[in-house]
Amino acid sequence: MSVERFRIAIVGAGPGGLSAAARAAELGVSHVLLEQSPAHANTIQRYQKGKHVMAEPNVLPLRSPLQFAAGVRERILDDWASGLERLGVNLRCQSEVTRITGERGQFTLTLQSGETLHAEHVVFSIGVQGNPRRLGVPGDELPCVQYTLDDPDEYQGETIVVVGAGDAAIENAVALAKQNRVFIVNRAEEFARVKDGNLSLILKAIDEKTLGCFYKSSCVSVTATEGAETPYLLTLATPEGDTAVPCHRIIARIGAVPPRKFVESCGIRFPSADAAALPELSAQYESNVPGLYVIGALGGYPLIKQAMNQGYEVVGYIQGEAVEPADEPLLAEKFAALPERLSVSATLQRMQQRIALFAAVNPLMFRELILGSAVHCPREGEVVFRRNDYTNSFYTILDGSVQIEIGEEGESRRITLGTGQFFGEGSLLSGRRRSATVYAGAGCVLIESPRRDIVKLMSSVDSVRSVIDRLFIVRAIQSGFAPNTPFEVLETIAARARLTRYKRDEALFKEGEPGDRLHLIRSGSVAVSRNFGGREVTLSYVAAGNYVGEMGLLGRTLRSATVRAAVPTETVSLDADTFAELMAHNPALRADIEAVMRKRIVSNAQTQSSTAGGDLISFLMRQGLGEATDVLLIDESLCIGCDNCEQACAATHGGTSRLDRAAGPTFAHVHVPTSCRHCENPHCMKDCPPDAIRRAPNGEVYIRDNCIGCGNCERNCPYGVIHMASTPPAQPSLWSWLLFGSEARATESEGKSKAPKKAVKCDMCKDQSGGPACVRACPTGAALRVSPAEFVEFVSSEAAER
Amino acid sequence: MHQSILDYGGRRYLKLALALCGLSLVLYLWHDPRSPPNGGTWLGYTLGGVGAALILWLTALGVRKRSYASTLGTLQGWVSAHVYLGLALLWVATLHAGFQFGWNVHTLCYLLMVVVIASGLLGIVLYQRFPQQLSQNRAQQTAAQMLTELQELDERTRRVAANASADEISAIDANIAGTRIGGSTAAILSARDRSTVLLPGGASQPEPNPAQTRMLEWLSARLSASDDPLRTRALSDLVSLIGARRALLRRLQQDARLRGWLSVWLYVHVPVTFGLLGSLIAHVVSVFLYW
Ligand SMILES: Cc1cc2nc3c(=O)[nH]c(=O)nc-3n(C[C@H](O)[C@H](O)[C@H](O)COP(=O)(O)OP(=O)(O)OC[C@H]3O[C@@H](n4cnc5c(N)ncnc54)[C@H](O)[C@@H]3O)c2cc1C
Ligand code: HEM
Ligand code: HEM
Ligand code: SF4
Ligand code: SF4
Repeated sequence: MSVERFRIAIVGAGPGGLSAAARAAELGVSHVLLEQSPAHANTIQRYQKGKHVMAEPNVLPLRSPLQFAAGVRERILDDWASGLERLGVNLRCQSEVTRITGERGQFTLTLQSGETLHAEHVVFSIGVQGNPRRLGVPGDELPCVQYTLDDPDEYQGETIVVVGAGDAAIENAVALAKQNRVFIVNRAEEFARVKDGNLSLILKAIDEKTLGCFYKSSCVSVTATEGAETPYLLTLATPEGDTAVPCHRIIARIGAVPPRKFVESCGIRFPSADAAALPELSAQYESNVPGLYVIGALGGYPLIKQAMNQGYEVVGYIQGEAVEPADEPLLAEKFAALPERLSVSATLQRMQQRIALFAAVNPLMFRELILGSAVHCPREGEVVFRRNDYTNSFYTILDGSVQIEIGEEGESRRITLGTGQFFGEGSLLSGRRRSATVYAGAGCVLIESPRRDIVKLMSSVDSVRSVIDRLFIVRAIQSGFAPNTPFEVLETIAARARLTRYKRDEALFKEGEPGDRLHLIRSGSVAVSRNFGGREVTLSYVAAGNYVGEMGLLGRTLRSATVRAAVPTETVSLDADTFAELMAHNPALRADIEAVMRKRIVSNAQTQSSTAGGDLISFLMRQGLGEATDVLLIDESLCIGCDNCEQACAATHGGTSRLDRAAGPTFAHVHVPTSCRHCENPHCMKDCPPDAIRRAPNGEVYIRDNCIGCGNCERNCPYGVIHMASTPPAQPSLWSWLLFGSEARATESEGKSKAPKKAVKCDMCKDQSGGPACVRACPTGAALRVSPAEFVEFVSSEAAER
Repeated sequence: MHQSILDYGGRRYLKLALALCGLSLVLYLWHDPRSPPNGGTWLGYTLGGVGAALILWLTALGVRKRSYASTLGTLQGWVSAHVYLGLALLWVATLHAGFQFGWNVHTLCYLLMVVVIASGLLGIVLYQRFPQQLSQNRAQQTAAQMLTELQELDERTRRVAANASADEISAIDANIAGTRIGGSTAAILSARDRSTVLLPGGASQPEPNPAQTRMLEWLSARLSASDDPLRTRALSDLVSLIGARRALLRRLQQDARLRGWLSVWLYVHVPVTFGLLGSLIAHVVSVFLYW
């Protein structure tokens, strides 16, 4: 049998792959589009039924022979299907590609079925969803084994085994248990790393025997049992030995295999081991393997329209056309404010030459960075950001200079930074308030990049990460201890500082250990505790931007307390030897440091709460106060349950309340309702495709209108405070509500069902002149908001009350 | 850091109210009208005007409470002022009337005011005492969660009953069907359990079953008579499940009772306020007609 040959093989029929294949078909280029699932666009097929798909970024024009505009999922999929047919695209479903070898002009693609194909060029557009991790045991190809569950109500009266111990497995198991006999198989001896809500759900279900659980167990094999009442038999290895479970169905929710391994096996290099790293690509989307192109989400472009545009462009590049990227006009517009008029590509090049930090970034990634960034030309003396603002974007100086005012009020000094340097990394990394005010100098041109884009860059380009990390340390030492020590000396010291990440509850150091290190908390926060009669009692909490263990620096002492990470935490630490060296260089430093330390010891003692408050601290830490910038608490000794807070929230936020007062845990009489904590490093921001979640200068974490409703943030928030809701039309005014009450309400609920669903959460009423409406509307004063600065005071006042 | 309505803002409204009362008393004593003190003197008009203004402002709390975007103080501040100045009103109005009461529209107006103030006083006492009990009784659960727990408990009980006999199944079903949470306002406020149960082999009419007592009696009678180990096991499981149900029902009823009290007084306070406004208008108009 002769092997088929194509000019272009496209792997993965998501929006990127579809658009590429459609363009190839339109140009009459021989092509094949290989898709592993039974239909096109698997990722979109798996969206919720009726999901309103959004076409962000709105300003980006679409370039594709296929249609795409915001609309209902079903319509978009139909449009694409008919487009494929009209253009005569050669789509082959159920053709998972498992291996790609060869080079430009002669690639060989091997499919799961063993079949092979030849292609001159390969376009990789397999997205980032990955394929579900398989059971990997004999029999896992039987039809009873499935990896997704669309509708739990579809099954009734079956015996179903759910394999896995994550949120998805728990949610599936609990939902199925309503109408089926369900077992859940957990490899470990407990359910770790799941949301609190799911944890209590599953433990309760197991406790009440609504479902069975096999702990410390794993699958051994699946076999079909002819003629038996239950058609399959799953064999498990349990601590008690092998157990056979007769069942109808096995649902494996053991995560997805990220596509990276497969991509790497094709020869494509990733610049770093970081899971968030993106493959290195040329401006034409070509990888380090000539002839092998990467587009779409896999290349770091998480939106449908971007993927489709790239599909169109990549075929052009392969055919040797000079295609102007679709985002060219957007960049041109951004650059319009620049004093020098150069072409877009020349401007980008000049930026990379001028800014050393970005020199090693590949042009495509850099282009994407600038696309997300803003270019500012502030007047001389204008404030770029202020000390104590909560913004977290990152600035690089393209031209001119800025003045940075550091130090406490009254004793402040100004430092000048020039062309090519950067600032703003402190808040970006720690999530804390800005530590300085920055003024623009003459002829100053700044690039402001959002946090997400810089974080992405840091995980992809090691050199960017190390330069930013290093400078962070230098600036931290400088502002914390040695404001007068020259930069060069500090740099040698910074090189010896250690950056450490701690998991929640991991100890930085323990009581009684010899102390020889000082830790600067870069992000997260720690709880300080001491042993009282065999019990660890929390005494205080220390937020990011502060030091712990400073006594360890001057002389070798024993630690007087245990310090643990309250939330995932990063510290920069210095050892006593390094410090001694620093002091040898600079005798005045010792006095400086001693002065700083004296101050700190006094303030530490002042902020330390009594042991009585310790349990309350621990409780609040578990509720995320350790990473919060502002949290809503309810004093249950005052709350009359009138829900006026919720009503106020709904009334000021388009009809949906963003807080659930009654839900959430309570300790003593302090209740933490389900409401946003405005985290220092918001988990919700992590995977937001359109980067819709931002942070305002006062710390409010809010969601912008360009949210596409994908639900990632809802899953990522550990406190369950985000939900998906449609924004109804504007509320009727108070008077019209009083006059025509019910009528106005009726139209509102009608609007609810039609508008697309988007993520909603507390925005701390940043657009309300009077501040948070919930607190202002509480008739009894039970609702209050607490920031880390007020936290200690709050705990001690609580402790005093009891 | 957080204070009750009464302590709000260093009790500034308490001070204001006391000042108002003190001032009106001084004026009242100093003022020496020819006729006995009453609303018709200049001081009477002044105090009457102050009283009427207070009433209008006290009523405005209802509007402020619903103006969620309002930046005019916090609602807590408003309520704190409302409470103290509302109490001061009693004093001011009494001095205004010069203790002249009779069977007329004026005194009706006064009486309605007293009812509103008294209900307000009841409200503020409830606000001080009940939230803590409510929170303890809820034990970290919401009412909705308690109801789901009850449902789950009932499902479990049904499953266990299926292991006993048909009698138990029908008894458990009747017990669930006869459960009453809430009901009339009086029932909610007294947290009286009006549940009933129709038991196999029992009375032909549903019997009262407050706090699951009848049900427990019936089950324990069967338990002590049982000689089949499997049945004994199922019955004793049922007893403990009904015990749990009893505690949960009790908490639900308490929750309804506490929440009922926290809002019931407003059903007096607000409607009577409107009556008060009407009679106040009548009072003022009649006074000017007689004049
Ligand atoms: C719930 C949700 C909602 C979203 N909503 C929106 C929205 O409203 N608007 C928007 O712009 N974006 C949205 N997104 C993002 C959008 O889905 C992605 O940006 C887009 O799908 C990326 O396209 P892609 O072509 O790069 O990859 P994918 O769409 O992920 O396509 C990859 C395809 O490759 C196939 N494949 C994988 N491996 C192989 C293999 N080895 N062999 C053959 N085929 C393979 C897969 O089956 C899949 O069909 C949403 C994402 C999610 C998860
Ligand atoms: C605009 C405000 C008011 C005005 C102008 C006003 C005027 C008067 C006058 C002129 C009298 C004397 C009538 C008489 O002697 O026959 C009077 C008496 C009285 N007023 Fe008012 N009043 C006002 C507000 C109030 C308020 C707020 C209350 C209490 C709720 C009140 C309760 C009384 C009572 C109980 C009397 C005594 C009636 C009596 O003498 O038999 N008034 N008022
Ligand atoms: C004649 C005097 C008074 C009038 C006209 C009055 C009127 C009102 C009105 C209209 C409301 C709004 C209720 C709502 O819309 O839900 C209210 C609320 C309230 N009143 Fe009064 N009131 C008076 C006196 C008092 C007094 C003396 C007290 C206490 C001692 C009091 C305590 C309260 C409280 C605590 C509320 C707040 C209820 C809540 O929002 O939960 N009132 N009052
Ligand atoms: S939504 Fe969740 S993760 Fe995001 S800031 Fe709020 S609490 Fe933190
Ligand atoms: S805000 Fe949430 S739902 Fe909206 S796009 Fe971002 S991650 Fe998705």
